[in-house]
Formats: sequence, C-alpha cells, structure tokens
Amino acid sequence: MMQNNALQFKRQVTIKLADVKLQGALSRLQSRFVEGRSAVISEIADLPQTRDAAAGIRNRVLNDLEHWLLHFEREATARGTVVHWAETGEDVNRIVTEIAAQHGVKTAAKSKSMVSEECGLNDALERAGVTVMETDLGEYILQLAKEAPSHIVAPVVHKNKEEVADLFAEKHGLPRKTGIAELCREAREILRPAFLNADMGISGANFLIAETGSALIVTNEGNGRLVTTLPRVHVAITGIEKVVPTLEDVSTLLRLLPRSATGQSITNYVSMLTGKKSVTDPDGPEHFHIILLDNGRSSLLGGEMQDMLRCIRCGACMNHCPVYQNIGGHAYGWVYPGPMGSILTPLLSGLENSPDLPNASTLCGACAVVCPVKIPLPDLLRKLREKQMERGMKSRQETLLLKTWAWFALHPKLYAFATKVGVKFMAILGGKEKLLHNLPGASGWTNGRDFPAPTGKTFRELYRKEHNK
Amino acid sequence: MRVGFFVTCLVDAMRPRIGFAAIKLLEAAGCEVAVPEQQTCCGQPGYNSGDRKSATALALKFLAEFESFDYVVVPSGSCAGMTVKHYPDLFKDDAALLARFTALGARTFELTDFLHNVAQLKSVPGKFHGTLTYHDSCSGLRELDVYQQPRALLATMPDVTIKEMVESTTCCGFGGTFSVKYGELSTRMADNKCTHIADTNCDTIVGGDLGCLLNIEGRLRRNGDHSTRVLHIAEVLADTGE
Repeated sequence: MMQNNALQFKRQVTIKLADVKLQGALSRLQSRFVEGRSAVISEIADLPQTRDAAAGIRNRVLNDLEHWLLHFEREATARGTVVHWAETGEDVNRIVTEIAAQHGVKTAAKSKSMVSEECGLNDALERAGVTVMETDLGEYILQLAKEAPSHIVAPVVHKNKEEVADLFAEKHGLPRKTGIAELCREAREILRPAFLNADMGISGANFLIAETGSALIVTNEGNGRLVTTLPRVHVAITGIEKVVPTLEDVSTLLRLLPRSATGQSITNYVSMLTGKKSVTDPDGPEHFHIILLDNGRSSLLGGEMQDMLRCIRCGACMNHCPVYQNIGGHAYGWVYPGPMGSILTPLLSGLENSPDLPNASTLCGACAVVCPVKIPLPDLLRKLREKQMERGMKSRQETLLLKTWAWFALHPKLYAFATKVGVKFMAILGGKEKLLHNLPGASGWTNGRDFPAPTGKTFRELYRKEHNK
Repeated sequence: MRVGFFVTCLVDAMRPRIGFAAIKLLEAAGCEVAVPEQQTCCGQPGYNSGDRKSATALALKFLAEFESFDYVVVPSGSCAGMTVKHYPDLFKDDAALLARFTALGARTFELTDFLHNVAQLKSVPGKFHGTLTYHDSCSGLRELDVYQQPRALLATMPDVTIKEMVESTTCCGFGGTFSVKYGELSTRMADNKCTHIADTNCDTIVGGDLGCLLNIEGRLRRNGDHSTRVLHIAEVLADTGE
C-alpha cells in the first residue's frame, strides 16, 4: 500500500508555502477549475434537485452495498467479465500480478487510476517484471519525474510548462520543446507504440453499473479508450463503493461529475466497458477483469462516516479549498488530498498516521457547497476531531486549554473576573500602538500577525456600569 | 419584540463598542433589548476541536439564558451558526431537548440578518462617510445565508459606497484555534485577503465577525499598514467607530 507521509504535514506546509513555482502553478486552479465549474454548473437548471438525486442514488447503494455489488458481479460475470474481490491493496497487486503471469504479460499500458495509487500497483508490477507505462499525460509526466499525483483529476497541477519541458528534454533525449502543443505531440509519439505493444491495459472505473455489469470511465485524452480496447487483457480496478444501480442513475451522476471536476458539460470520452470481446465485436480485450478493492471502505458502512463513501472523486472540494489552494496536494502525504483526502486518509490509512489532516481546516464550508453528492465534509472533519479527543490523541496542552476555557465559561462570575483582569493586562501590554507583537503560547498567531489589543474593559463591565447609573 | 442579545466572548473581551453599537441598532429597530448577565461563550471552540462534552454543557447554559426571549440576536455569523446549526446536532439523540434547541435556533439570528429580514430596518443611525469593502465570513455566509443583508443595510446609508474585493467569500484563514495551530497557513490566507483588500484602494474593511476582523487587522498591521480601518458592520451602521 502507498506509504502515508501525513505525519510530515506541518513541515510540508512550510516547504510548500515557500515554493514559488508551486505557488504559481496553484494560482491556475482558480481560473481553470473554480471559474470553469462556475461557468457550466448553472447549465443544470434544477441543480439543488439534481444534487439531491445524486446523493440519493449514492445513499441507496451504500445502504445496501452488498446487494448491489452481488448484482453487479452477476451481470458482469454473465457477460464474460471476471470479477475479483480484494480486501487490501496488497491483494489487488497480487491479483494483477497473477493475471499478468497467467497471460504472459511483459508490458502494461495504464490509464489514470487513483485506486491503483492506493495500492502502489506500479511498483508491485515492476517488481514482478512487468513494465508499466502511464498513458494519461499528467500521470506519464509524473512517472518520468518519479513523483506522486498532487490532485485526483489534474495529477500534475503542481508543475508548470517549463518544468515539463526540462523533464521531457532530459528523459526523452530530444531537443527541448517550449510550446504546449509540441510537448503534447512529443508525448503522443512516445506513447503511441506503448498502446500498440502493451499486453495488458490497466484502468480505473468511475462507476460500476449493476444492471449491465459495466465499468464506466470518463476521460479527456482518449488514452483510456486505447488502454481498455487495444491490449488483449484489460484489468479495471476500483473501489467497492463505486457501484450504482442503473444506467439512468449514472446519467444523473454524469450531469454533475465533469461539470464539478473540470468545468466541462461532458468529458471528451465517456466509455462504457461491458464484458470481454464477443465473437461479433471487431475489437476489445479477450480477457476483462474487474478488481473491487475494499481497503477499509466496508468498515465505514452503517457508521457516522458513511457519507464519505458517496464521493465520486470530482475534486471540486480541493479546487475550492483555501488550504489546498495554498499548499497543493503533496503536503497531505497520501493518495487523496484536499478536504476529501483529509477525511479519507485518516479513515483508510489510520487516524494515528494523519493527526493534522482533520484539523488543518478552518471549516469554512466552501467544499460542502460545491460537493455534487452533498457530503457534509466539514461535519466529517469535525467528527474525526471528536474521535481524536475520545481516543486521547489530542495534545495535553490543547485538551487542557479547551477544558479550562469551558470550565471558566461555565462559571460566569470567575469568567467575568478572569476576562476583566486578562483584558486589562493585555491592553497595558498593547501600549500606545494597541498591538501585541508577541503572545505567550500563541506564537502561531504572532509569528505572522500582530494581535490587536483589547480596549481594557469588558463589555459586561461597561454595560453594568451604564445600567447601574 | 423582546430580544436577548448574546454579546459573544470575543466582543465582550476585545471590542465592547461593537456590542453597544449592536444594541443601538436593535433599539433603533424598535426592539426591547436584554443582555443576560451570566452569558459567556457559545461553546464553539470546544465543538470545533472535538470536545462535544464542553460544547453540550455550554449549549444547555445558553438555552437556560435565552429560551425565554422572542428573538436572540448575535453580532457574529459564527456564534449564531453554532446556535442555529450545531446545537441541534449536539442533542440529536434527545427528542425533548432537540425540539427546544430547534425552536430556539429558529428564533436566533445573526445581527444583520435580523435587522434586515426580521426587524426590516429601513434607516440606520450611522453617519459613515466613505468607500468600504466587505469581507463575507464563512459561517454567516454558508450556514446562515448572510450575504445580501449587510449590503442592503449599508445601501441605506447615503454616504457609503461599497467596492467589492475579489473573492470576498473566500476564508480569511481565521478558523478559531486553526489560526494558532496552523499559524503559517492561516497567515498566508490572511495575507491573500489583505492583498484583495489593498487592490480595492478602500481605506476601510468591514465584516460581521470579530474573529476574522482581528485576523485581518493583525496581518495588515504586521505588514506595516496602520491606516486601513477594520470595522465591524455594527460599528459602521451605528457610527460608534471612533
């Protein structure tokens, strides 16, 4: 499984805030994704109802997930697809490696799959002697750079064009290109043979459709279609929560997914992959495997975090998150960044390994407003904070501070006295400038900001004086 | 209308004049205002830090102090949001208390929301003169739909011009304890806000939540800006700003 580096969060924040190139790259999020979504989401005249319907579809599945998964397995199997169940990422790696061995696979062409990132699949395949080529342009760039995605939809959003030009020149050994079109052409020329020569295609799946046993993927570059049709073996990997009952349901979700993700009314390609190649099909894989990964998802069913499983991986929450916008995805330390990642990482990869993630949010709510399936992300972040408190995972200092504050707040006379003394003292420290440059115990504030001093008397003192006249 | 005024802990300690300005406005709107003396904090710091127990105790205290009023008014979207949206969550397993908190929530309002939509105040006592820009605080905006209300009230003031900053609805980075725990991140978010304020060339930034205002003011001053005025909407509407 992919290593969780979320313990480094605070250190990473410092690094990312100082990274000028990264900051420049992140500034494009606003124009490309925020404004992009805003421009097309209004095309849905009945947006509130559509979001309700989408959330309803996802809830219906999650409330009876076993039923819908078995339904999906039955329909997929009937069409010649082999369905595999994987409890962990290691199980996925083992199953794919076994399929590769069974079919004598030497090379695999891969389209984008965040679930495969969860498993660390590429490394496992390379260890088994299978050469893997990422074919999504962003993922290809990252494979060359030996980096992880920093965004679930735009994996290479942290890099600018110049960095890609340098990388291509170095790794391809060709003259350095500068235009985006030229760079894309160079990548295309290198990738094309990889599609044609691959023994195995590996993809993710945005949705699994129970009534037809299909896997559905939305892509823009066309690599997904090549990967899933040209090689003789196709393996699709996705999470168990991705199943939806019917085609009708998927059409509702598809009204929201591309608009929320990339600001497109619809993606360039929407591929429905149903069964292996039949005798009448002119093309398609001779063997079609779908691997369904649990990796802790089923443990969320029926509990207070189940809402998170509605997620359709559009990335709108991170695009609109003022924290993500300032630090990018790598700081979050695991596969999924932004608000959805700050919830999924602790849930799937251990709260003890990600103590900062639920707390590194102002709970501003911008994510929840744009979530197409109405996941109450701030509420879920808060629930994780409650779990930290219950399990004694908060620092002694923070717990003591909270308890002390609450104790005073519950004893109004002592509270009044303490605040009266406190504000008088702070007002004196504030001096003529009326600013505190240092606050003991709150250097987090005063390292970057002054603290405006109080005026010296509390409201309650002044109010009482005025009303006892 | 008998209005129970919840001052909020920040206004009580840091800027009492905001409390007096709010009372002046409520009285101008024809309300009989009472300020329960035992009030302290709504419990949000604990609630947002995972300390449900403390938040629950303070919610019950709030209920005891404010349940008897026709309305409860709060000069903060954040504390009002706590009362309206989150108290019911704390009592979701207790039908009797849930009903009482839901009823209380329905009568509790952020100050500008109350003045504009409930009291329908058509003119304000303030005499502010100049151009200002408005920061929309997160909880008021997203939990209570406070956006138009402060602008509508400012529009009744003949000498006030509002010049909108870009991303007025983006978080300033305050976030309560977040501002101390993740100081660097919080400072960067405040810095972005300061840039957007500076781009408007306004000499006054106004908002409805003192937490955000302290954060913004703290960053402005550290950046060497000692002239931009940072005011609560109540101060502008009631003109007790100086």
